[in-house]
Amino acid sequence: MARSVTEISLHDSATPTPTFGPGGSPFVLAQMDELVNWARRNSLWPLTFGLACCAIEMMAAGGSRFDIARFGSEVFRASPRQADLMIVAGRVSTKMAPVLRQIYDQMPNPKWVIAMGACASSGGVYNNYAIVQGVDQIVPVDVYVPGCPPSPDALIYGILKLQDKIRNGNSGATIEFKELRNIFTRSTSHPTPGAK
Amino acid sequence: MGFLDNLNDIAAKFNNAKEKAIDAANAPKALATGFAITFKHYAEQQTKIKPTDTVQYPEEMREQFPRTRWRHVLTRYDNDLEKCIGCSLCAGACPARCIYVEAAENTDEERFSPGERYAAKYEINMLRCIFCGYCQDACPTGAIVLRKDFELSDYNRDDFLYTKQMLLEPAALSATIPISTISVIDRSAE
Repeated sequence: MARSVTEISLHDSATPTPTFGPGGSPFVLAQMDELVNWARRNSLWPLTFGLACCAIEMMAAGGSRFDIARFGSEVFRASPRQADLMIVAGRVSTKMAPVLRQIYDQMPNPKWVIAMGACASSGGVYNNYAIVQGVDQIVPVDVYVPGCPPSPDALIYGILKLQDKIRNGNSGATIEFKELRNIFTRSTSHPTPGAK
Repeated sequence: MGFLDNLNDIAAKFNNAKEKAIDAANAPKALATGFAITFKHYAEQQTKIKPTDTVQYPEEMREQFPRTRWRHVLTRYDNDLEKCIGCSLCAGACPARCIYVEAAENTDEERFSPGERYAAKYEINMLRCIFCGYCQDACPTGAIVLRKDFELSDYNRDDFLYTKQMLLEPAALSATIPISTISVIDRSAE
């Protein structure tokens, strides 16, 4: 089961978003693009995907002290059909990996993924056979948030980075197109200290 | 009987209309009561009588706790020599194995640290790092410290491999040590 999942790894977040015109979008839709991106980035509904201790900080970010409602992201959805953003909060075991991928596939486009914390981003201290060494092996990750766990303000900073990405992105480019492109351009390199 | 039924219907309709009229008369009052509560809380916040708990994060930072551990910094002595002597004790203490150190010998012409050796390469994988601070504890010279800068998120996985140049504190006395000698990591030679 785990083997079949690791073969789906299509994404390399180093690959830039495809652009068409000088402004990064077809010129006819330039103003529309801004409007659509504005609406999308200010209503990022996260999917409840807490797997470990990072989820506690994610919940704190939803609380009154940090309050991601200020950025339109307070509505944690239990159903992937109603969510735009998957915050993978915690370590993903190889047994959980197919579930995560399925839930990601059930989310409607456009969708984004934040890898929250060391474990979700890279495996962290759990460098062993049981833990997926970074969820970017299963789903395309847009923003990595380091920390163990990241404090709520660090997560909010990650969400703000994602909003910047959506603002500068092309609203017309669908995720399927991006994945198709990455099949041809993917790199399998995962940086380790000391590696050339 | 038909006539009486009609009378009852008319009476029911009249009562219904009467209730609606009363509801309509009460609506502004109910609305005003509701908005009064909203306005009260708003006024309390604005006048700081009862401020909210919310930290307006990107505009204002909350005060971090004194022993908060976030981004690593390689520090220097007052004379701008690096404290790091390239002993790799931090790499040995790291539970996530995210530090890589490569030492080289100091010479009299090119001197980076007071001792015999210095760190020619010093790399930390920030994604692996769990910010436990063991490197800081293990360091014999107090070279590596974890400061409070938590804004580390990025889009690209490769950008999280922090090199010595990124980690090293900028030199305060740039006149005494040429900048060219600080950036020693020459990747083209590899």
